[in-house]
Amino acid sequence: MSLVQEIDYGTKHINSTEMVTLTIDGQAVTVPGGTSVMNASMQAGIKIPKLCATDMLDAFGSCRMCLVQIEGRPGTPASCTTPVAAGMQVRTTTDQLLKLRRGVMELYISDHPLDCLTCAANGDCELQDTAGEVGLREVRYGYDRANHLDAKKDTSNPYFQFDPAKCIVCSRCVRACEEVQGTFALTIDGRGFASKVSPGVNEDFLASECVSCGACVQACPTATLIEKSVVEMGQPEHSVVTTCAYCGVGCNFKAEMRGDRVVRMVPYKDGKANHGHSCIKGRFAWGYATHRDRITTPMVRASIDDPWREVSWDEALEHAAGAFRRIQAAHGVGSIGGITSSRCTNEETYLVQKLVRAGFGNNNVDTCARVCHSPTGYGLNATFGTSAGTQDFDSVDHADVILVIGANPTDGHPVFASRMKKRLREGARLIVIDPRRIDLVRSPHVQADFHLPLRPGTNVAVLTALAHVIVTEGLINEAFVRERCELDAFQEWAAFVAEPRHSPEAVASATGVEAGLMRQAARLYATGGNGAIYYGLGVTEHSQGTTAVMAIANLAMATGNLGRVGVGVNPLRGQNNVQGACDMGSFPHELPGYRHISQAGTRAIYEDLWKVKLDAEPGLRIPNMIDAALDGSFRGIYIQGEDIVQSDPDSQHIVAGLRAMDCVVVQDLFLNETADYAHVFLPGASFLEKDGTFTNAERRINRVRRVMAPLSGKADWEATQALSNKLGLKMAYAHPSEIMDEIAATTPSFAGVSYTKLDAAGSVQWPCNDAHPDGSPVMHIDGFTRGRGHFVITEYVATDEKIGPRFPLLLTTGRILSQYNVGAQTRRTHNVVWHETDRLEIHPHDAEERGIKAGDWVRLTSRTGETALPALVTDRVAPGVVYTTFHHPGTEINVVTSEFSDWATNCPEYKVTAVQVMPSNGPSEWQAERREFSEHSRRVQPADADAVPAK
Amino acid sequence: MSPERLAYMANQIGRFFAHRPEHAAAADIADHLRKFWEPRMRNQIITMLGEDSGQFDPAVRKAVESLRT
Repeated sequence: MSLVQEIDYGTKHINSTEMVTLTIDGQAVTVPGGTSVMNASMQAGIKIPKLCATDMLDAFGSCRMCLVQIEGRPGTPASCTTPVAAGMQVRTTTDQLLKLRRGVMELYISDHPLDCLTCAANGDCELQDTAGEVGLREVRYGYDRANHLDAKKDTSNPYFQFDPAKCIVCSRCVRACEEVQGTFALTIDGRGFASKVSPGVNEDFLASECVSCGACVQACPTATLIEKSVVEMGQPEHSVVTTCAYCGVGCNFKAEMRGDRVVRMVPYKDGKANHGHSCIKGRFAWGYATHRDRITTPMVRASIDDPWREVSWDEALEHAAGAFRRIQAAHGVGSIGGITSSRCTNEETYLVQKLVRAGFGNNNVDTCARVCHSPTGYGLNATFGTSAGTQDFDSVDHADVILVIGANPTDGHPVFASRMKKRLREGARLIVIDPRRIDLVRSPHVQADFHLPLRPGTNVAVLTALAHVIVTEGLINEAFVRERCELDAFQEWAAFVAEPRHSPEAVASATGVEAGLMRQAARLYATGGNGAIYYGLGVTEHSQGTTAVMAIANLAMATGNLGRVGVGVNPLRGQNNVQGACDMGSFPHELPGYRHISQAGTRAIYEDLWKVKLDAEPGLRIPNMIDAALDGSFRGIYIQGEDIVQSDPDSQHIVAGLRAMDCVVVQDLFLNETADYAHVFLPGASFLEKDGTFTNAERRINRVRRVMAPLSGKADWEATQALSNKLGLKMAYAHPSEIMDEIAATTPSFAGVSYTKLDAAGSVQWPCNDAHPDGSPVMHIDGFTRGRGHFVITEYVATDEKIGPRFPLLLTTGRILSQYNVGAQTRRTHNVVWHETDRLEIHPHDAEERGIKAGDWVRLTSRTGETALPALVTDRVAPGVVYTTFHHPGTEINVVTSEFSDWATNCPEYKVTAVQVMPSNGPSEWQAERREFSEHSRRVQPADADAVPAK
Repeated sequence: MSPERLAYMANQIGRFFAHRPEHAAAADIADHLRKFWEPRMRNQIITMLGEDSGQFDPAVRKAVESLRT
């Protein structure tokens, strides 16, 4: 094995159909017009020395190292800023150029420490390499004059350090922060010799606006900005391309290794979702994988009041299988079920649903998409015929109007947000529909044209009002509708939305949005060119989540914003493989590829292969399982990589359901909150410990590659397989590629997918089959998957979760950049520096009325429960609305969320909970009791030893 | 499962189809229940019909009645 080396062409590739031929050092080269001489030269295999240039950034032309000579032109132009021209004759190496470059390099080195042997970048330093390339042999100026060698090192960021003594002021870091990340946190302070890179004004990196995406670290050609892990461990010796296990963007990384230890994660330039960029989580927050809290030995116990007992894999699996069979014998086939994990691979979720359907003999399988994007599956299937987004991420580069509703991409999907912000800086218009003033509404060089700060729970009213404007003002794309959609349904829908009761003026009071804003936003979306909608859980996690998804689909169809690049309906999926988990048949009513379980022909495919009869009836959803547990008809569950106690609504109801079960099997990296109520714990494997695939929000199937052995001895798919075999359903996969082969053989939209194809292409987007052998970046190009697009009537029905005198505020929940989902991973990294606890955002007016000051502990009470947390007073939220995150089990915010859920899918209404907020002295009694129970439940008794607290 | 919760969920589905004529709405509601509700839930709600004290909206009641066959 060796390091995966990516060629740096110095400047970006140019997409142009016009081709230009020139000669470089006597060699003919043909490249697209607009390409730089530097890039063309690299394509010809001739590397021109450079320092300020890198192909992630626009050419800058400051370092004077990449000079060339061009016949017929005076001087020595910088090759990075000189575009090619037909017939151009370029020379990259002449005596004059050698002398010039060497002279410039002398100046750089005269103010640079000569500690190469002990420098952390030794072996990976472009300054060192370039000094070698230009033949630097002496520095005539000496080292005793004015210099920066005593400049103070900034080690404030937990993941990287900034050593200004080593800085050559090439501005790559500043430009990366601007061009790639779009945060503009860095600048060059001072002028001339005093120039220095500065994060903010007299601030260190940690205190600055830096979001720790690491783009600056990656861009730095020296050791000035470098990962602390490299400083501590040394340079990596081999690397493996894999896929991040955080969020639905699905960034590709090079896991750079020394032996079986990760030295650093470097975003892969050829990654089709991230194009070499990353966020703080993917690049830096991987330490959880080897955290001391990892449980690597299977454990069992008879009762949740007992301490855990470490056992062999065989004993744990026997225990689980025996319990499941006993439960079924006593209470029926339908008395057990399973939950697949959106954090696990496609292959692993496929196996869990196979185990449930074929091994348990029922369809009681569900997944975390139940509580996030299940309405997307239902809504887009009903309107378009496919339960997924319509575009690839690159499509945003061609959007003219971007409508973001119920999503906060800079926190939830940061790498895609950077792409979106780049497009906005290029001039695309922006509409934000969100109760909060999210960062996109106003951030450096980005400002929303319209922010519709709607009242939580009124998405459908606002979306239907936008449709009202489009219909009544004659903004329908009639040609598209006539050619592509069901006309009867369209006419019925158009008449419905045109009713005066749906006008912006009529719904302004209920939604809290000025009518004029709605009218202007609708006109802009309908007439502004390519209109692209991006939405998130702020759309789906409502009692009308599915209706809102369909309202979005209606808008896109009515304006013809589908079926081509730059437009579309784009759900920003939450977890790394939530799209894949849904694709793989994790829902209780459908088999892989979204085929309903009632279809005899589809069942026959699996019955023939698995040699079992499948139940034709839909199974229980997660909330149904909990309800059934409480009435005694559901008594055993296998939960892979999911923490329903922390993530699902009304935690005390979830806990009651788990307590009522006879056998709860949890498979996870850590003893999570759900494991407190488990009887069998199967150790999970991190994404670094297994092979497989993740499917991201753009339907892209990415490879996950093992870089270290599973700490427990088994990857998750191996554990499921072993459990299946104990239950009598034989599985004998030798490698996840064999599971993918089975998926491809049985699922039409995956028919063309194989590890061979993925390894060759890097990734593919489903559908990938004979009709789309290279996958499908954009869907519905020539027609909708269901045939004609179907408009749906979207009547606004106000939520039954009402505010009133006892609960006068509306709570909405969400995520923050540095943390991920229930925080099990990110809380076990240095990311806690940025978010050590959940905080309640409350408007200054509401805070003052209650005597609450910033940082005060407050008690948050709903009809369901109460918890306490510190307050963050901010006008980011509107009066009457409070907001918090769900990353910390100490807060367990879902103890206050309600059982209200989406009408079609039972996706919980996390975004609307009526609450009261009052000052508090600290954590509530309930929180203290919960902690005490948790500590008690996590005692571990090694074989032949007394009980001890968990590691 | 809680009868109140089942009835609430069924009526919630009914409200989505409320714009349809009652017989069509009932058919759509029944179709939804068949496709997405596990049999024990359907059986329980059918049982609840006999004890119905006005907890079901009319179209929902018709839909549940049609599940008997």
